[in-house]
Amino acid sequence: MNHSVENGEVLDRGPSDTAAHADLRGGIRSYCLGLALAVILTAASFWAARTHLIYGPAVPMAIAVFAFAQMGIHLVFFLHITTGPDNTNNVLALAFGVLITLLIIFGSIWIMANLDHNMAHALEHMPPM
Amino acid sequence: MSHAVAHTQYATGRGEGGPASKRVIVGYGFWIFLLSDVIMFATLFATYAVLADSTAGGPSARQLFDTRSVALETACLLASSVTCGFASLAVERANQTWTQGLLLLTGLLGAAFLALELREFTSLVGRGAGPTRSAFLSAFFTLVGCHGVHITAGLLWLGTMMAQFLAKGFREDIRHRYLCFSLFWHALDIVWVAIFNLVYLVGINL
Repeated sequence: MNHSVENGEVLDRGPSDTAAHADLRGGIRSYCLGLALAVILTAASFWAARTHLIYGPAVPMAIAVFAFAQMGIHLVFFLHITTGPDNTNNVLALAFGVLITLLIIFGSIWIMANLDHNMAHALEHMPPM
Repeated sequence: MSHAVAHTQYATGRGEGGPASKRVIVGYGFWIFLLSDVIMFATLFATYAVLADSTAGGPSARQLFDTRSVALETACLLASSVTCGFASLAVERANQTWTQGLLLLTGLLGAAFLALELREFTSLVGRGAGPTRSAFLSAFFTLVGCHGVHITAGLLWLGTMMAQFLAKGFREDIRHRYLCFSLFWHALDIVWVAIFNLVYLVGINL
C-alpha cells in the first residue's frame, strides 16, 4: 500500500518539475539571452521608426517584422513555449490563437477598407442635401 | 502486484509518459485563458487599425506621440518581465529573500510603467486630445487603457503573491498560482510589444 502511494506521488510529478530544478546558471543565462535579443529588436524598431535609410513606405512593414520577431523571442525565452513533448498542447492552442487573432485583425481591416471605399463612392453620387 | 495496483489506481489518462503533472495542466488551463485575452486585445487592435485615420480634424498620431516616453515605458516593462522570470527561478528554489526582493522589483518597475502611462494620458487630455476628441483617440485610449488596466490588475495579483509566499510558504498550490501570474505578466509584455510597435512607432510614421 505504501508502495502504491509512493508510486502515485512519483507519477504525479511530470517532466517539467524535474526540469524546474535544472541548474540555476542555465536559467539565468536563458533569461539574459532573451533580454539581450528583446533589447536588440526593440532598439531596431525604434531605429527603423526614425531612420531615413529605409524606403519610407516600407518602414511600417519593417517595424511589424521586428515586432513579430520580438513576440517570438518573448514566447520562447519568457513564456517557455518550446517544442518539448509536454508543450504540444500549448503550441497547438497558441497556433489556434494566432489564427483567430490574424483573422480578426486582417479580416476587419480588409472588410472596413472595402466598405469605406464603397461608401465614399456612394456619397459622391448622392444628391446634394 | 502492488505495482499493477498502483498503475490502475493512479493511471488516469495515462499515455506514453504517464499523466501530465498538475503544474503542466494548470499552466495549460491558464494559457487558454491568456489566449482568449489576447483575442480580446486583437479586437481592440482591429478597431484601432480601422479608426486610426478618423481624426475628425483633430490631432493625428504623428503630432501626439512622444517616442522618448514610449521607450521608457518599454524599458520598464521589459525589465519587469525579466525580474519576474528571475523571481520564478527563486521560487523554484524556495528562496524567500530573493523571491520577495525580485517580486518587489517587478512590482516597482510595473508601477513605474503605469505612472509613465498615466502621465502620458493626462498630458494628452490636457492638450485637448482626450478620448472624446475623435474616433482615433477613442480607439487609442480603449486599447492602451485596457492594457494599463491589465497591468494594474497584475500589480494587485503580484502583491497578493508576495503576501502568500510570506504567509503560506512555498506550497505546491501557491507555486502553481505564481506560475499563472508569471504567464500573465509575460503575456502582458507581449501585448505591449505589439502596442509600442504597431500603435506608437507605426503611428508616427503614417
